[in-house]
This record gives sequence, structure tokens and C-alpha cells, in this order.
Amino acid sequence: MNHSTNSKGQPKDGCRVYHHDDAENLPPHSHHDKETLSEVNVQSYWRANVKVLTVLLSLWALVSFGCGVLFSDWLDQFNLGGFPLGFWFTQQGTMLCFVAIIFIYHIWMKKIERAHGVDDDEGSIDNHPTNQTGTGAQP
Amino acid sequence: MSAQILSFIFVGLSFALYIGIAIWSRVGSTKDFYVAGGGVHPVVNGMATAADWMSAASFLSVAGILAFNGRDGAVYLVGWTGGYVLLALLLAPYLRKFGRFTVPEFIGDRYYSKLARVVAVICLIFISFTYIAGQMRGVGIVFSRFLEVDINTGVVIGMAIVFCYAVLGGMKGITYTQVAQYCVLIFAFMVPAIFMSIMWTDNPIPQLGLGDKLNDGSGLSVLQKLDQVTTELGFNTYTVGTRSTIDSLAIIAALMIGTAGLPHVIVRFFTVPKVSDARKSAGYALAFICIMYTTIPAVAAFSRLNLTESVHEVAYSEAPAWVEKWENTGLIAWKDKNNDGIMQYRPGHAFIPTKPVFTEARGDYGERVISNELTNNSNEMYVDRDIMVMANPEIAQLPNWVIALIAAGAVAAALSTAAGLLLVISSSVAHDLMKRTFMPDISDKKELLFARLAAVVAILIAGWFGINPPAFVAQVVAFAFGMAAASLFPPIVMGIFSKRINRSGAVAGMLVGLCSTLAYIIYFSFIAPEINNADHWFLGISPTGIGSLGAILNVIVTVVVSRFTPPPPAQVQDMIDDIRIPAGAGVAHEH
Repeated sequence: MNHSTNSKGQPKDGCRVYHHDDAENLPPHSHHDKETLSEVNVQSYWRANVKVLTVLLSLWALVSFGCGVLFSDWLDQFNLGGFPLGFWFTQQGTMLCFVAIIFIYHIWMKKIERAHGVDDDEGSIDNHPTNQTGTGAQP
Repeated sequence: MSAQILSFIFVGLSFALYIGIAIWSRVGSTKDFYVAGGGVHPVVNGMATAADWMSAASFLSVAGILAFNGRDGAVYLVGWTGGYVLLALLLAPYLRKFGRFTVPEFIGDRYYSKLARVVAVICLIFISFTYIAGQMRGVGIVFSRFLEVDINTGVVIGMAIVFCYAVLGGMKGITYTQVAQYCVLIFAFMVPAIFMSIMWTDNPIPQLGLGDKLNDGSGLSVLQKLDQVTTELGFNTYTVGTRSTIDSLAIIAALMIGTAGLPHVIVRFFTVPKVSDARKSAGYALAFICIMYTTIPAVAAFSRLNLTESVHEVAYSEAPAWVEKWENTGLIAWKDKNNDGIMQYRPGHAFIPTKPVFTEARGDYGERVISNELTNNSNEMYVDRDIMVMANPEIAQLPNWVIALIAAGAVAAALSTAAGLLLVISSSVAHDLMKRTFMPDISDKKELLFARLAAVVAILIAGWFGINPPAFVAQVVAFAFGMAAASLFPPIVMGIFSKRINRSGAVAGMLVGLCSTLAYIIYFSFIAPEINNADHWFLGISPTGIGSLGAILNVIVTVVVSRFTPPPPAQVQDMIDDIRIPAGAGVAHEH
């Protein structure tokens, strides 16, 4: 409780510290109350995360609403393995793209998280000493 | 051996397997189902999620919808699978980090309000009940056919089995049981699909077979043949869509947002060890789902060809045996309008009401006599869409063991989903509603009692809807998605991505979203079904697609109300910061 409960928490030494034991009116939601992460890392991580989401969700919308509905009829003029392309997208293509999008997301995020030191790899504590407690190693 | 005896053996064996797994996983030191989840590998969890999510509707009904609607039916495929992307990108990692078991718990804590939690529970119950009703109908169809009883009797048998299964198997072994169920249902679905693909095109891969040339030497491809057949008989051309663009977009959006808001699917992501595993697990789940979902269009196309060939312009006295068997379940009916003894299968409803009302009598050719008023089109057949997958092996004259396999697969699909839903309903009622809201002092024993009672009530209500379905299985299920889209998804996503959204905004948004969507669906499905068409729909959006508009309304109301009310307290803002970072996710735990 040495930290201000003000959420805008005045930066100390240019580094904002999250103290989850401040949230005493709430039931604890994860077991890392003493965990501290530097604000810079967290903020740039979140920005990178939002960028990834924007790119992938645009792709998702393009595939499902675009190829699946809006340009579906236009795509029919092309042929893929005996299918009119637009028809193929509605029956199989969109779904295959969806699977690809999720796996791209997984790999991309993993990379970003390692770069920002906020990942949940086993033993990753060593990589970023600011992270004081275990990461998912609780019983 | 007859198909009926084989069905008994297959369904019996699969049951023995599920119960065996449930007992086996109970023996281990599974302190709780919840903690057991902590050690589930992403691939295993993905498989279980796939089984949880692929319901009787996926197994039985979607292929039927596609077979009868052609390209228009594809909105269900795109919508349901596309929702998985939203789930994986916007919800799964953060809810896993949050580390609790139920969706109302997240909403209650994020919006620091009992009222928000209660509203979330109400939304969740609405959704789950609608969804489970579809499962009961599905189980009913399976049992009515392979026990050769009336569909209503089938639903009652299904209710009894789901009840025993939920109580006997308990919820502890649910993950591994669902893995087994996935294996059973995917095998059962693929075998007839491969058979039919070989039968029509010589191509053993149904996904490719659909685009292939027919092997009858006509030089036509499967799709060309389908277009030809459907156009000749006066149906809509198979590969050409007739749905308006706005309605297609709305339905796809509603199904997508709804999938991501389905409580029984969301909770699955609490059971992986790490946040990154939640993402990976969603990917595997969708991959497993897509094995079946990319096969569905092929099954639909082949079965449409099969059905038309074996029924249209065939004398009733020479009809294949399956026609009479399905007629006995009440899911096929024939009225000889032109007195030629031949079945004509053409577009339009053969009679009013569209579902047949049978009398006890038999007609000149031994058909069941119906008392419906006749329409003046030339269609003489009623074929329930939900029978397509079940009837396929018989229509295609596949061996009896394939028929039995389908029965086991459909039961697996319905049971896995029903069990997941029952878990969500009972935990929400007992835990979120009773323990954490109204009766905080009740003992664990009492909480369990409430959980069981909630499950029983859920089964009874679901059974009633199974006997009196407001629509086809897939449509019933689609309504559930609409409600999930309009009520649960927006507050969860906004709760993660915005720190400004507060209690008043979320509660108002959920209520407006749920009520407006529900009102629209009830109005067009029950109060004024006669004007349920594009001319009367708001902006040309059908009741199936209205959830997307409900979701937009929800977001607007939430944002506006939040703007004019104080921001969430500091603790809540800290909690949001915390769930945004993957590091430090403990094992999901109970409070």
C-alpha cells in the first residue's frame, strides 16, 4: 500500500508501478499482486497489440464481408478447382482464411510479447527482471 | 444386421466410452473440474471446444439448410466460423488473464455492480435456453428415426438421456469426454461424405469433389448438374444467391458477434494454462471445426442431388424404404394432389400449415393421410430439412453401419453441446445468481442443489421447445446467436478495450440490446408471422440478422450513457491494465 490509489498514479522515477493489492474492494483476479512492469513497456506493448488487431480484423472483414458477400458475385468470373471463385469463398474459402488469421495472430503476438517482455513463457522471469513473480507457475 | 440394431450398438458403445472417460478422469486427483483445466493442452482444449461448439445444429441441420437454400445458406458457415476470429482476437486472451469461470463474473467485476451481473445472467440464460432447445430437437430427430418412434417421443427420450448424462458423467470429466465426442462426430460425419463424394465424382476428398466433374460421363460438374436440376424443377438456382446484400451482411455479422458471445464457448478458454495458449487453442478449435464445416457444403450438394433423383417423379409404391421410415417419424409427408400415385417434388409449400398434421388413416398407396389445407402449387412433398444428414446414408444406399455411425455422431454432437450449456446454466444460476448475488451465505451443498435444479428446469424447458420448435434447428440456434450478439459481446469487448465505459453504460446497453432484439424476433416469429418478409423488416434485415443491429444499439447506448456518468473507480481501471498483459496469469480459480 505504498502506492497512490489514484489510477493516474503520479509517475515515480519515470516508471509507473501497478499494485494490484490496491484493488482491495475487488476479489483478487490474479496471483501476481507484487508484479511490476514498467509503464513504457506496457504502453508500447498495448499500442502494438492494437495495431495487430487492426490489421488482422481488417483482413477478417475483407474476407468475410468482402469475398463472402459484397464482391462474391464479381469473383464468380474466376475459376478455382471447378468452383466459381465467389461461390468457393462462401462455401470453403472464408473459413480457411479465418484459421490462417488466428494462427498468424498467435505467432505475431508471441513475437511482440517477447520483444516487450510481457510474455508468459516458462522461465521468462529471467528475461525481464522487472517481473518479480512467477508467470503462471502457481499451483 | 439391421441398421436399427447396429445403431443401438454404436450409440451404446459411444456412451460406454463417454461414461468410462468420465469415471476415469474422476479417479485422478482432479480436485475440481476447474483446476483440472489448468493442465489441458491447447490441442486437446481445441478439440473439446470444437465438440462443445459443434452442436446438433451443425451436425444435422446446416447441411440441410445448405442443400435446400444453396448459396444463401452459406451465411451460416461464414458467420459461425468468422465469430471464432473475434473470439480469439478480442476475448480469449483477456478473459483467460482475468481468470474466472463465468461470463457474468467478468461483467459483474468489470462493471463493479451486482445489477450488471444479474443482467448478464439473464442474458446468458436466455441465450443458453434457446440454444439447448435446438439440441433437444436434434436428439429427438435422431431417436425418433432409429427407434422408429414419433418425433415427440424422441425428444422425451433425448431429455431423459441428457439428464442422466449430465448427472452421471458429472462435469468433471467434461473436457476429455468432449474430445472423445469430437472424434466420434467427425468420423461419423466424414465417412458418409467420402462415400458420397466417391459415388458421384470418384474423388475421395469431399471438399474437392464438390468442384469436380461427375463420373457419369455427362461432362458436367457437380455444381453445373445441381444448377441444372434445381432450375429445371423451378427451384432457385443452386449456386446463385437470392438474399439481399444488406440482410446477408446483417446475418453474418449477428452470427459472428454471437459466436464470440456464447458463454459456453468463452468459458472453455479459462481452462488452458497460459494466455498465449488461449490464442493457440482458439486456432486449433477453429481448425478442427473447419474439417467438418468445409465438408458440409459437399454433403449438402450431394444429398440434394440424391434426394431429387430418388424422390421426384417416382411412384410412391416404388419409393425407397427410407421415405416410409421418415414418414413414420412425421418428418416426410406426401399428398397425391394430382392422383397419379407419383411423388412430385417441386418448389413451394405443399400445404398449410407447412408442417404436416397426420390423421390415423392411410391413403390409397399406404401413405399417411394429412389433414392440412392444400396449396395450389404442384409440390406434393414435405421434407424436413433437419433429416438430410440422417437420411443421407440411406438415400445413397450406404452400408447399414454408416447409418448407425451417423446416429452415434449426432448424439455425440448434441450431448457435448448440451452438457456444456447445462454447465453454464447451472453455474450461472447457482454461483452468480444465488451465491454471489442473492444468498451469499448459502453452503456449498445448497449451491450444488441449486445447480442441479437449474439443470432440471433447463432440460424441461428445452424439451418443450424441442417438441414445439419455433423454427428449424439451425434457425432456433441462430436466434440464440442474435441475442448473444446484442447483449453479451459488446460489454465484454468494451470492458477490455475501454477504461471509460462504466456500470450505468453497460447495464443500459445490455438491456436495450437484449430487449430490442428479443422484441423484434418475437414480433416476427410469434405475434405477426404472416408479415415476416423483407417488405416489413426494418431496413430489410431479417429476425436472424437483427442481432447485429442490436449490438450496434448496445454500443451506442453504452457509450452515450457512460459519457454522462462518472468513470469507473481506480481499482477497476487497474484491473483492466492487468488483464491486458499476458504475463502473470494464474490458474483460474473460484471465489
